[in-house]
Parts: sequence; structure tokens; C-alpha cells
Amino acid sequence: MAKMLMVDYEKCTGCRLCELVCSVKHTGASNPSRANVHVVKWEDEGFYLPMLCQHCVDAPCRSVCPTDAIYGDEALSRVMVDYDLCIGCKACAAACPFGALGFDEIEKKVIKCDMCDGDPLCVRFCDMKAIDYVDATTSNFEKMRDASRNFADLMTKAHGG
Amino acid sequence: MALNRKIAYINLSTGEIRKEDIPIEWRKKFIGGRGLDAYLLYKNNPPDIDAFDPENRALISAGIVVGTLASASARTHIMSKSPLTNFLGSANMGGWFAPEMRWAGFDHLVIWGKAEKPVYLWIHNGEIEIRDAKEIWGEDLYDMQTILRQELNDNEIQTLCIGPAGERLVRFANVMTGRKNAGGRTGMGAVLGSKNLKAVVCRGTMDIKIKYPEEALRYNEELINQVISSKVSQTMQRWGTMFIYGTTNSTGLVRTRNFELNQLVGGSDIECENLDKVSIGFDGCFGCQVHCRHRYIIKDGPYAGTYAQGPEYTSQGAFGTEVGCNNMNTILVGNHLVNYYGLDTLETGSMMAWAMELYEKGILTDKDTDGLKLEWGNDEAVLELIKKIATRDGIGDILAEGPVRAAKEIGKGSVKYLVHVKGMSNLHSDERPTPSLALGIATGSRGSDHLRSRPAIDLYNLPVAVLEKVYRQPDGYDGPLTSGYNKYEGKPRIIMWQELCYMAVDCTGMCKYHTVFLSPNHPNFPEFAKMIYYNTGLEFTPKEIWDVANRCYTIERLFNIREGLTRKDDWLVDRYFDEPTKLGLPVAFNKKIDRKKFKAMIDEYYSLHRWDSDGVPTPELLKELDILDLYPGKGQEKREEK
Repeated sequence: MAKMLMVDYEKCTGCRLCELVCSVKHTGASNPSRANVHVVKWEDEGFYLPMLCQHCVDAPCRSVCPTDAIYGDEALSRVMVDYDLCIGCKACAAACPFGALGFDEIEKKVIKCDMCDGDPLCVRFCDMKAIDYVDATTSNFEKMRDASRNFADLMTKAHGG
Repeated sequence: MALNRKIAYINLSTGEIRKEDIPIEWRKKFIGGRGLDAYLLYKNNPPDIDAFDPENRALISAGIVVGTLASASARTHIMSKSPLTNFLGSANMGGWFAPEMRWAGFDHLVIWGKAEKPVYLWIHNGEIEIRDAKEIWGEDLYDMQTILRQELNDNEIQTLCIGPAGERLVRFANVMTGRKNAGGRTGMGAVLGSKNLKAVVCRGTMDIKIKYPEEALRYNEELINQVISSKVSQTMQRWGTMFIYGTTNSTGLVRTRNFELNQLVGGSDIECENLDKVSIGFDGCFGCQVHCRHRYIIKDGPYAGTYAQGPEYTSQGAFGTEVGCNNMNTILVGNHLVNYYGLDTLETGSMMAWAMELYEKGILTDKDTDGLKLEWGNDEAVLELIKKIATRDGIGDILAEGPVRAAKEIGKGSVKYLVHVKGMSNLHSDERPTPSLALGIATGSRGSDHLRSRPAIDLYNLPVAVLEKVYRQPDGYDGPLTSGYNKYEGKPRIIMWQELCYMAVDCTGMCKYHTVFLSPNHPNFPEFAKMIYYNTGLEFTPKEIWDVANRCYTIERLFNIREGLTRKDDWLVDRYFDEPTKLGLPVAFNKKIDRKKFKAMIDEYYSLHRWDSDGVPTPELLKELDILDLYPGKGQEKREEK
């Protein structure tokens, strides 16, 4: 069954452990500028949001790639880069509506989330599960349940419960 | 790699900046962070100078595993001679500054001199610039960080900075990063203010290479589980340190109305559960899963709508029990104000509580306070007084000088109502029922404080078998250990052990909530050894880390002795011995510290440290620690004079 990375900004504490483990796993170094996930912070408002590749079905990065280096990996429902074909033109980085493709200055290549081949480290290390790896087809059910809670409370009260 | 970060020596008077490698021998002897800071301060500071003398060094550092896969490896350490105590100044804060400083290429900054006009340091990828701070001088701590993000056109910068209180040389001004992370104690913000240094801004994209990435990832996961599998960490995740109050206040371990009482009767509004009414989420420092504080929006009063972070247990005391207030909103606003102006929350609360007791006794009157009614529980007066201290307005100008100087200025016997050690006020814990905690505040190398050596787990009355598991290692101590926090026996060892444990933690740059502070099962020396090895490749045995910590703590002691510290400074104010507690459960009721037994504790503590009966480290100890060259000639002379 298809799985997806789901972000819940209300849970994020802004600790950036996701950035750390991502960069260490992919580069062997602690360096958030080389991580595939970044916690965007609105410091004056106290709002944190982890940003990373959404693995779009109709991915703009894929559409603009002049060498067809970006492809969809059906098995893990992810968008991947074939570095043998990639020429490093960064058109994908420009096209991505989320800013989810970065450029690694040390290795001179575009970088993006690869879902750690099905065991995303950002999820494994996030105790709050602000980033979670969930079943794509039913991922919205929990949100539905949360959203329906007020309604359920009201109905219970209306029935004298 | 993690060991190639540099030390920058920065002279603000001349603008000269020198960058040097950190010798591997220093890593082996001092590891880094607070430990290496202590060595650098001792070696570089001229003895006996005023803390506001330009020659006074201000050190800012990141520990050896900061920014790596060590759990909560987020801490920044700041050290200097303290303008509050005239002894060692040392403060530590979380946040994201220290990792960013390492990504920018530096582990230690040694700053001295005085800039002609206000400046800030801009540190990025190995480069350091001294820049004009006219746009931020005079600004509060929230706005100035926003202005810097705009000026440098980078939202990712991390800023260490001082507020209006530091600029005005309030002797307990703090250093901050972000909205809440504060290096609060010993007035480090005032030292930076005296140098016209408003901020240090870091931004870096340099690799910190992890020596063994796979093992480090695996071990980090293990370490996180070790920490957050404990109930106390889970409670911290939910409520932060404010959860502690529920137990301590109901037992009667909380300094209330300065030192009159030891419990805030009916103090339920300030229970941590009420945070839920204002919280918008949790906040965790770099890489930390304990996320021990809330982000909150003030709901009531003139500050409604303000976004702040915290508050901590200490602020519950500072703006609650100590000043007799039972109002969560006062805690929330007070916490916001000290962070906004850049004041140490503990010292601010204690100074206010002392002033209120003086007001009650008639030593201070409306004439002295510009009409401010400093009555217990007067919420508005408390909040007003914070502002007066920060801006040195009226009575605030006197209180801004800290306990000893303010008592001299006010006179009229006000000194006997002070609660301090070495010129630094205590937090709101009442140590009269707990001799071990009392010994800790009496001997701590930075004055009265809970993060130097507090054996918080002593309050759990754990079975001796558990204590033995923790406190016999790593040096094989075979003396007494006792369960029961009213006891005097066996406690000096746990103070010494915690001292060295906290020193080791501060050398690594981890947070104390990830070591034996609130749980006996949390990481300590063996875990530190593994963490340092996987991340940096440096090999230490647990005992070797203990020795490093001992060496560094001894250097702190040597610094204090060089600055004139004697045995009489390792002592409590008379109130601890003369006024029994009036409230609380039987374990806390009618308790005071016994002078004779306490003196014996100090003797035992010195002898465990292998300091002589005057508290001076023996030459044999220094030789064994390989720091005989630091032998305190001056301390020795003073000793002989007596």
C-alpha cells in the first residue's frame, strides 16, 4: 500500500533533529544546509513548519528536467533523481513549488528527499511525529476524527449525554 | 570533523582577530566547552581586575559534541569574571546558537577589550567581522533579533545577544538567544555590555563530519530512548520544569515571601496544568526530544497578545512564591519581561523578594520606592519593579547592583534579610530541610545555584542500592551513601559527583536534562565516553572523563581562590541556621541546618576533593591532574596571611 510523509505543524517543536539525522545519513556530516528537510521558523509568531519533498504525482521538477533524470518510483511512491542522467542544471529546484530541492555545494548536485528507501529517519527520530510516514489512502482519517470531535461533543450534549 | 573547529581571539579595542586551532592535547585534558573555557579564562585573565575592566575576558563556547548526534547537543557556555560576585562567572544556555557557531567554524571565542561604539560580531563560514550595532543598540531582545535577520537578510542566523539590562550594566543581566534561551546567571550580559558588544551572530554551512555516522545514528536513538523512556522526562515533555512545583510546594521546599515561609499556601493558580490555557505548542532546543518548554500567548492584562516562551520552574518562584503572588498571568508576564529586557529571572525574583521583605519591615518605605507598594502578592508592583530594575529607574537602580552592593547602599540592617552565597542570590528552593542541597549551594563555583551540583534525585529518597549504582562510579568510591534527604551523612560525595557530572556535561555541550539530574537512569560518564567516541573518534574511558571534569572543576576553584575566595565564602547566610521552617509536611516542617554538622560536611567535601582544610587544592592533586603549573601562588599567600 502506498505510503506518504505527512507533516503536522502543530506537533513540531522546532528542534531540527530531522535536519541533523537527514544530513548525517546522506552525507556523513552534521550540516543542515545539506539536509533534505528543513524546519522553517516564523520566530516572531512562534510557528514552525518542517518542509520537504511532497513526492508529487504530477511533479513539476520532473516535467522541467531536460534529461529525464527525475523519475517516479512506484514501489515507494516517491520521486527520485537518477544522478547518472542529472546534469546539475537546477531547473528542478527552480520549478519546485515547495523549495524542496536544494543544491549540495560540496558534492555539486541537487538534493532531495528519498524517503530513506522506506524507513525515513526524520520520522524515526521525531518523538512528536510532526513528520509521520503514513498509509496514503487513509492518512486523512485521523484528521477527520479530530475535526469531527467538536461536532460529536455537540451532538452528545444535544442528546443530553 | 568535529575536532577541527577553531578558537578566535577577538580584541574589541584594536579590532584584531586571531584564529587558532585547538590542540588535541587540550581536548584530552579539558575536552571543550565549559572545561576549556575555565582553562582559557584562568590563563588569559589578569588576576584581581574589575569585571568591567576591558581586560576581563568573555568566553563563548560550544562543547565537543555540540551539533552532532549527541542528544540535545545544543548548549552554549559563557564564562568571564562575574560583576555580580567578583568570582567565577559562568552561564549556560540552550537554543540553536552553539550548533550554528560550529557550522560557522568556531568552538571558542575569547573576547576582550572595549569597542569604541556599540558593535556586534558577524561570524559566517570561518570569517569574523566586527560590525556597527547602532541599529540594535537600545533594542529589546525580541526586536533586535528580528532587525538582525532583516539587516543580514537571512532568516537562519542564530544570535547571542544582550538586552537593555546588559547595556545598562545591571549586574545580573543575562545573555540570550531566541525568545527564551538564557545564560542567566552571574551577570554575563553586563560583561558584554561593558565591552559595547550587543550581539554575536552566527551562520554557517560547514560540515561537522561525524566520525562513525552509522554507529552515531544508532547510538543517538538508544540514548534518546534511555532519556525519554523515564517518567520524569515524559512529564517534562508535557509540562516542562514547572511540574516540579506540584511536589516541592506541597512538601514545603519552596522559598516563599523571600525567606519567611517555605510554602505558598493556596498557591494553585500557578500549577503547571494552567499552562494549557495559554500554550500554542512545545518548543525543543537543537536535537532535543524533551522539549521542556511551551510557546505561549499572554491572554490577560496590558500584555495580552504577546508571544513568549517558557516559563521555567525558576520563574514560578521568582514571580510567584518568593514575592507571594499566586497568579499564573504574573508568572507569564514576568517571564516575558525578564527575557525581553535581558535579566536573570532568579536574581531578579530574589532581589524583588528581598526588597519586599525590607518594605514589610519598614526598612524601605514609599519614599524609597517612588510610591510603589511592595506588598507581598502585589502583582502589579512586581511587574513594575522588573522594569525599574532593567532600566535602572529609582529603587531599581539600587537593586540592579545585586544583593551585596544593594545591601551596602540601603544599610539599616537590610543585609540580614539577604539569601545569597558568594554574592549571588539563591533560587526559590528552600534548602533548610535538605542538607545535601544546602551543601551544593554553599560550595558551588559560581555562587548559590542549582545547576552546579544539585543532587535532585536525593529528593526521591531512592534505595541505597540505586544510589550505589550511580554514585560509586567511575572512580570506585567506597565511603558512605545514605537515602533520606534530611540526613547529613554520605551527602558530600553526591555533591562532588554531581559537580563533576555537570562539568562533564558542560564540556560536551549537552543539556543537564539528559544526565543524572532528574533521573538516576539518565546518561552519565559511560554514555559520555561512547557519545564522544562515535561522534568525534576521541577515546576516553568513563574514569578519564571524570578526571577531565575534576581537572576543570579544580581550575574553577583555583580561579576563585586567585580572586580572593576563602573558606568563609563556602557558607550559608545565618537564616539557614537560625530560622526553622514554619510550614510543610513533617519532612520539611520545623527544619533548619545544623551549623556543626554542616561544617563537618564542608570538611568532608574538601577532603573528598583533596583540597586542604582552607579549601585550597593541594599541590599533590594538581600534580596528579597535570596542572601543577596553575598552582595558585596568590591564593597560597592569602592563606598564609591568615
